[in-house]
Amino acid sequence: MSKLLDIHEKLINKDISAVQLAKLYLSKAKRDNGALGAYVSFTEEEALKTAKAVDGKIARGEMISPLAGIPMALKDNISTKDIKTTCCSRILCDYTPVYNATVWERLINKDAVLIGKTNMDEFAMGSSCESSCFFPAKNPHNTEHVPGGSSGGSAAAVAGNLALYALGSDTGGSVRQPSAHCGIVGLKPTYGAVSRYGLIAYASSLDQVGVMAGSAEDVALVFDSIAGGDSMDSTSNPQYQANTLRDLESEIKGKKIGIVKELSEGLNEDVEKAFSEAVKVYETLGARIEYISLPTLQYTLPIYYILACAEASSNLGRYDGVRYGFRKNIYEDINDMVSQTRSEGFGDEVKRRILMGTYVLSKGYRDAYYKKAQELRLAVVADFKRAFSKCDVILSPTTPATAGKLGTQSENPVDNYREDICTVPVNIAGLPSVSVPCGFDRENLPIGMQIIGRSFEENKILNFAHKFGQVTEYIKETDWGVRL
Amino acid sequence: MSYLLQVGLETHLELKTKSKIFCSCENSFSSLPNTHCCPVCLGHPGTLPTLNREAVRLAVMAGLALNCKIQKNSKMDRKNYFYPDLPKAYQISQFDVPLCRDGFLTLSSGKIIRIERIHIEEDAGKLIHKDGKVYIDYNRVGVPLIEIVTHPDIESVDEAREYVQKLQRRMRYLGISDCKMQEGSMRCDVNVSVRKEPSEPLGTRTEIKNMNSVSYMTRAIEYEYKRQSELLEKGGRVKRETLRFIERDGSTQPMRSKENADDYRFLPEPDLLSLTLTDDEIESIKAKIPELPDEKIKRYKECFGLSPEDSENLIKYPAVANYFEKAAELFGRPKMLSNFICGQIFAFLKTEEEKENFSVTVTPENLCELLNLLEQKKISNALAKETLGKMLQSGKSCGAFLSEKDFSVLDENTLKLFCREALEENQKALADYKDGKEKALKAILGAVMKKSKGKAQAEKALKIIKEIIG
Repeated sequence: MSKLLDIHEKLINKDISAVQLAKLYLSKAKRDNGALGAYVSFTEEEALKTAKAVDGKIARGEMISPLAGIPMALKDNISTKDIKTTCCSRILCDYTPVYNATVWERLINKDAVLIGKTNMDEFAMGSSCESSCFFPAKNPHNTEHVPGGSSGGSAAAVAGNLALYALGSDTGGSVRQPSAHCGIVGLKPTYGAVSRYGLIAYASSLDQVGVMAGSAEDVALVFDSIAGGDSMDSTSNPQYQANTLRDLESEIKGKKIGIVKELSEGLNEDVEKAFSEAVKVYETLGARIEYISLPTLQYTLPIYYILACAEASSNLGRYDGVRYGFRKNIYEDINDMVSQTRSEGFGDEVKRRILMGTYVLSKGYRDAYYKKAQELRLAVVADFKRAFSKCDVILSPTTPATAGKLGTQSENPVDNYREDICTVPVNIAGLPSVSVPCGFDRENLPIGMQIIGRSFEENKILNFAHKFGQVTEYIKETDWGVRL
Repeated sequence: MSYLLQVGLETHLELKTKSKIFCSCENSFSSLPNTHCCPVCLGHPGTLPTLNREAVRLAVMAGLALNCKIQKNSKMDRKNYFYPDLPKAYQISQFDVPLCRDGFLTLSSGKIIRIERIHIEEDAGKLIHKDGKVYIDYNRVGVPLIEIVTHPDIESVDEAREYVQKLQRRMRYLGISDCKMQEGSMRCDVNVSVRKEPSEPLGTRTEIKNMNSVSYMTRAIEYEYKRQSELLEKGGRVKRETLRFIERDGSTQPMRSKENADDYRFLPEPDLLSLTLTDDEIESIKAKIPELPDEKIKRYKECFGLSPEDSENLIKYPAVANYFEKAAELFGRPKMLSNFICGQIFAFLKTEEEKENFSVTVTPENLCELLNLLEQKKISNALAKETLGKMLQSGKSCGAFLSEKDFSVLDENTLKLFCREALEENQKALADYKDGKEKALKAILGAVMKKSKGKAQAEKALKIIKEIIG
């Protein structure tokens, strides 16, 4: 089932060279990008250099990592030294970092072959990939539909066979939701499991780098390579050593799955049906189902939008045109320069969230909004903890509906925010969750479900995902990209 | 009608850590702009701070030396504002849970100045205005600071001055900061208010930012006191505002309203864990605190019989006190030792910095060797001073300048002869003395010294001169 290991096998058997593989992916990615909009930049030189080095190692009979020579992609909010990293924002459209994110550094050490940087909602704010300053990404299952967001480019690249895996980031669902919409597996790790150093911050207390690939096994393989404490990120867990591959084949039998009332309401009919079918699959695998209620989940959307926007308003203050990035060149004084730079450099959704965040932190409003949201966040954490005393994992749909058509986002942002209802609670509680394809709707668009685990139990949720994948056939190849 | 003055001080000190507070950049002055910077302190997208525990330790040490309660659980917060010298558009500081609380500093009068809090934070960069352009030097960004905030207990300019000087001295003893106002490693914001009666609530205060010398600070307080008193007397009201001190004419002026905006939208720093300290850590920091100035003055009185005034000069800089204490172990007359150090040696050191470092070439051993000769009356006071001068110049011991023949004290007859000659040659001085000018004797004594090549003992010579004059 693992595409990564299949290709690894081919590489060491010299059925294909890493350079051939890289060229193949680069050419198909370039060919199909017009239709899919998955990539915002290609890193051909970088890719071929690494591929050549991998071929050298293979020729010399050296041991290589299973990730060596494997073509992959990075969301464009992950810092890559000497390679443009734009967050798909006009304000960073010419920004080239001088340092590597820890996750990328770890993959470089495994000789990963970077094909390019992927499209996203500006500064990871959005769920359709339409707020990219470049162009929208499209859903490889139906290009009239969005791929989801904010890691829509990464999802489209993987689902469109333009990369074997991709890294994204998940603040309120940005890895899981596009993974669900594009029919792939997407893991949002426990807060602190993966270093955030070099992930350009949206909301620091919620952001995590996640992995997107064509199977739970591939996700596990990549996750084990990037996870673990980092001295550059104080919020990463120095004790955590990921070993999810080891537990992939564990028995599901006798394990308890919680189905949360609050996450199973207001679903679209097809999603509801697919989800209940998926629950039955687990029952046939021997799992026991517990129906539970987490009353605090009704508050998670306001908690999320208050905390995320508050942090974003602070995190995005640095884009003032003084040191790097876009600067408006005609101005009266420094305040005018900063103001004009930000007015022209940021898109509407980013501005909206900065304004909301500024408001909830302002004198006189801080206690009513920000502080209350902080307190409620603790209540949500406690609620999940109680739930996990009764079950091993929690199962829910990833999204209440499948991918919408391009250009159909509501004028009212709150309607769009509601689509994050299932994914957001997980970020608030800092838990791991993996989205797995569990069916198709009447238009043949993928449906996803998420498996939520206890903190640092990625091994367990990936085990559940893997077992489900073994007995179902919901991961379908699209017609795009490289077919090996 | 006179008004009562009420002053509170917020003092920023740069901590002398090896590296900056949130990254591994060197924390030291560099004249080349933007050479001590990295992606972290420049706030490049995606970078994260990691807290330098050394900065925490130094801040705790300051807290302990100022009698504060150390908070075992505190946290870092973001203070958000836009300014080009602040690359992240927020300063990482501490808002509602500072590291240290409720301390005090005692003035020489015995009056207690209460310290409300001490917190740690990062410094900002520097704007350089040149040729009509603005340049930014980020070397200072991320230099660790502590901010020491007093209650408005200071009631006079003298108290403000003494507080700052005592604080400066205490922190220098801890070795945690250079505390140089002129170089910016110590900066004060001054809150001033006035009221008529102690029973009245505090008056509306104004804040004067960034005082970089004690004399500016006292002038600014005086000016604000006068301005506010006159305003109230005319029936006006003091506006709560932030002011800047105008060095040219000693006045204060409101800062532009944009710099004045004070909604910092504080939020807990999500990139750092909460700051925790164990009892063991606090104890081990406590154990490292050296003897502090006030305790030294007390001990110098008890052990050496020195008056507080004598001690003041010795303890002003730790290096001087150390030197004195080493020498005092070797030489039994501390008062004489203190006079030589504060007189002769200080006179030789030109700058405040030389005094502070007290890096003199004469070792305490060599100084004591010389003073022993004086003590045993083998050489005169004048010769001792002259020799010490040579020793300071050359770094050699007194043996290099004195030989056996210098040790022979003048016999009484020769001394009398020199005295008579000196009197005859200085008739005018003699006449002046007879007219009651006591000082005139000095000229005569000087002549004796010259004749004896410094070997005459001043006391003895004076006695003889007076006898001759009758």
